[in-house]
Amino acid sequence: MATTTSAAAQRQTGTDAIIQCVGVHKWYGEFHVLKDINLSVRKGERIVVCGPSGSGKSTLIRCINRLEEHQRGQIIVDGIELTNNLKNIELVRREVGMVFQHFNLFPHLTVLENCTLAPIWVRRQPKAEAEATAMKYLERVQIASQANKFPGQLSGGQQQRVAIARSLCMSPKIMLFDEPTSALDPEMVKEVLDVMIGLAETGMTMLCVTHEMGFAKSVADRVIFMDRGEIVEQNTPDEFFTNPRSERTRLFLSQILSH
Amino acid sequence: MTENVQHAGSLPDERPPITVVGPIAWVRNNLFNTWYNALLTISIIWLLYKIIPGLLSWLVINAHGFSAPVQECRADYSGACWSFVSEKLRFILFGTFPYDEQWRPLLTIMIFIGLLAASCDKRFWKPWFLAVWAGGLALVSALMWGGVLGLTYVENSLWGGLPLTIILSVVGLAVAFPMSILLALGRRSNLPGIKAVSVAYIELIRGVPLISLLFMASVMLPLFLPNGVTIDKLVRAQVAFILFAAAYMAEAIRGGLQAIPKGQYEAADGLGLGYWLKMRKIILPQALAIAIPPLVNTFISFFKDTSLVIIIGLYDLLGTAKAALTDPTWRGFYKEAYLFIGLIYWVFCFFMSKYSQWLEKDLNRARRR
Ligand SMILES: Nc1ncnc2c1ncn2[C@@H]1O[C@H](COP(=O)(O)OP(=O)(O)O)[C@@H](O)[C@H]1O
Ligand SMILES: [Mg+2]
Repeated sequence: MATTTSAAAQRQTGTDAIIQCVGVHKWYGEFHVLKDINLSVRKGERIVVCGPSGSGKSTLIRCINRLEEHQRGQIIVDGIELTNNLKNIELVRREVGMVFQHFNLFPHLTVLENCTLAPIWVRRQPKAEAEATAMKYLERVQIASQANKFPGQLSGGQQQRVAIARSLCMSPKIMLFDEPTSALDPEMVKEVLDVMIGLAETGMTMLCVTHEMGFAKSVADRVIFMDRGEIVEQNTPDEFFTNPRSERTRLFLSQILSH
Repeated sequence: MTENVQHAGSLPDERPPITVVGPIAWVRNNLFNTWYNALLTISIIWLLYKIIPGLLSWLVINAHGFSAPVQECRADYSGACWSFVSEKLRFILFGTFPYDEQWRPLLTIMIFIGLLAASCDKRFWKPWFLAVWAGGLALVSALMWGGVLGLTYVENSLWGGLPLTIILSVVGLAVAFPMSILLALGRRSNLPGIKAVSVAYIELIRGVPLISLLFMASVMLPLFLPNGVTIDKLVRAQVAFILFAAAYMAEAIRGGLQAIPKGQYEAADGLGLGYWLKMRKIILPQALAIAIPPLVNTFISFFKDTSLVIIIGLYDLLGTAKAALTDPTWRGFYKEAYLFIGLIYWVFCFFMSKYSQWLEKDLNRARRR
C-alpha cells in the first residue's frame, strides 16, 4: 500500500476526536470504493479532502452522516457509532451539517422556510426563535434581504450560501462540504469561499471536499489526499503542497495546479 | 458620443407590417400556413356550416319552451322539448327523495359546492379546515338521513340524483386520497413486505374493470358475510369506488414521487428529518404538485364513472334521468334528458379542469428556475 503515514499513527485517538473512522471499507456491489479508511478528526479541526474524480471522496464524507452505509469497520461521530440503528443515525445527522455540490435547497419553500424547517420540526424550536436564528445566519452569509424569495429566484452562489445557512441553523458540531463551489460560475466561487473561511474562523469542525487549493492553504489544518478509495497521504497544507511524499500526490498536484 | 452612433434613436419605431401581427396574420399563421392545414380549415368550416343551422333550429328556434305542454312537443318533433327538463327537473336532481323534503338534498348540494369552492383556496389548506369538512359532512348526513333536529327519517335507498353523484365522488375521493398516498409511498418503500402488498393491491385493482368491482361488491361481498349481516348497497358501492380510485390515484402520485431528485431526499436526511417528516414536508408537497394533472384526470373520470352505480340499482344523476324517461307521458325525450345531465357533468368537470390548470401554474410560479 502506498499509504505513507502508518495506520497506527492515524488511529491515535485523542479524547477530543469528534469523528473516528477505523478500518472502514465500502463496496458498491462488486466495486471496492473505500479501502481501509482510518481517519480521526479533532474538534475544531479543518480538513480538506482532495483527489482525482471517482476516488471516493464524496462516498467517504457521505458515510460520516450515513447518507451511504459502510460495510466494514467503525465510524463514530460525536461518540455515537453509526450502525443500522435509525435513532442513532438521526441523532448524528442533527449534529452534522452537510452542504452539497448542487445545493439541494427545497424549491417549494422560501429561503427562510428552508432554514427554519429542521429547527422547528426536528429540534422543536418555537417558530419565532427559529426565525430569529435563521435571520442571524442569513445575515452572516449576507443574504438576509432575500429571505422571502424562493431558491429558484437566486443565483447559484446565493443558493449555496443559503444552503450553508440552512445547515448552520441546526447548530451542528460538524460541517461537511462536498465540492461546494464546483457547480458555480467562476465569479460566484469567492462569495461562497468567503463564507466558508468566515465559518472556519468561528472554530467549526469542517471536512471539505474541494479542489480550491487557495482555500486549503489558507484554512486547512490538514489536507487529505485520496486515490482509488484509499487515503494516500495526509499532511499540513504547507508540507502537502511543497513536499508531497507520494508519486500519486505529486501527479495530482501537477495536474490541478497547472490550470 | 462618437460619429458612429449619432443617428441611434433618430429612426422612428414603425408598426410591423399587417402580415406579421393582427388578425389577418393570425389566420394566415395558424389556419392557412400549409396546404393541408388550409384544407382542414376549409373542411371544418364546411362541416360547421352543415351542422350549426340544424342544431340551432332544434335547440332554440323550433324548440318548445320550458312551460310548453307535452301535446305541443308531440305535435312537432323538429324542436327540443325543454318542458321535459322543467317538468322532470326535481326528479332528475333529487330522485325519489320525498317531494316535500327536497330542500334537504338541495341544501346538501349547496353545502358540498361551498366546501369544495372554499377548499380551492390555499388559505384554507390548514388542519383546522379538516374539522370544517367533518362538520359539513355531519350536517349533510343529518340533512340526508334526517331522524334528528325534527327532520323525518329518509332511508338512503330513496336517495338519488345529483346529491348521490356528489356524495359518491366526494366521499370516495376524500377517503381514497390519503389511501393512495400511503399506497404510492408503499410502492416505493425499502421494506419488501410493504412494497409487495402495495404493488399487489394496485396491480390487482388496475387489472379489473370498475364495473366488475361494483358487481363483486354488490353480489359477491354478501356471500362472504356471516348470515344476518347485511351491508347497505350504497356503502358497498362507496367502498368499491374507494378501492378503485385509490389504486389509480396511487399511480398518479407515484409518477410525481419519481420526479423528485435524489438530492431532495439527501438534503432532508442530512438535516435529520425522519421518514414521515421528510415525506410530509419535503417530498409530498413537491410530488403532489407535479401529480396534479394526472390526479385531476382521475378525479374527472372517477366523477363520471359514478354513473356506473346504475347497474347495481342505485339512482345517481344518470339513473334518475333514465327513470324520468320511463314516465309514459314524457317517454321518448332522450336527447333533452341526456343533454341536460351531460351539461351538469360538463360543468363540474370543466371547473375541476380549470381549477387544476390554475393550481398547477400557481404552485409552479414561485419555484420556476
Ligand atoms: N451509488 C453508486 N453506485 C455505484 N457506484 C457508485 C455510486 N456512487 C459512486 N459510485 C462510484 O464510486 C466511485 C467513487 O465515487 P465518489 O465517492 O462520488 O467519488 P469522488 O467524489 O471522489 O469523485 C466512483 O467510481 C463512482 O462511479
Ligand atoms: Mg464527488
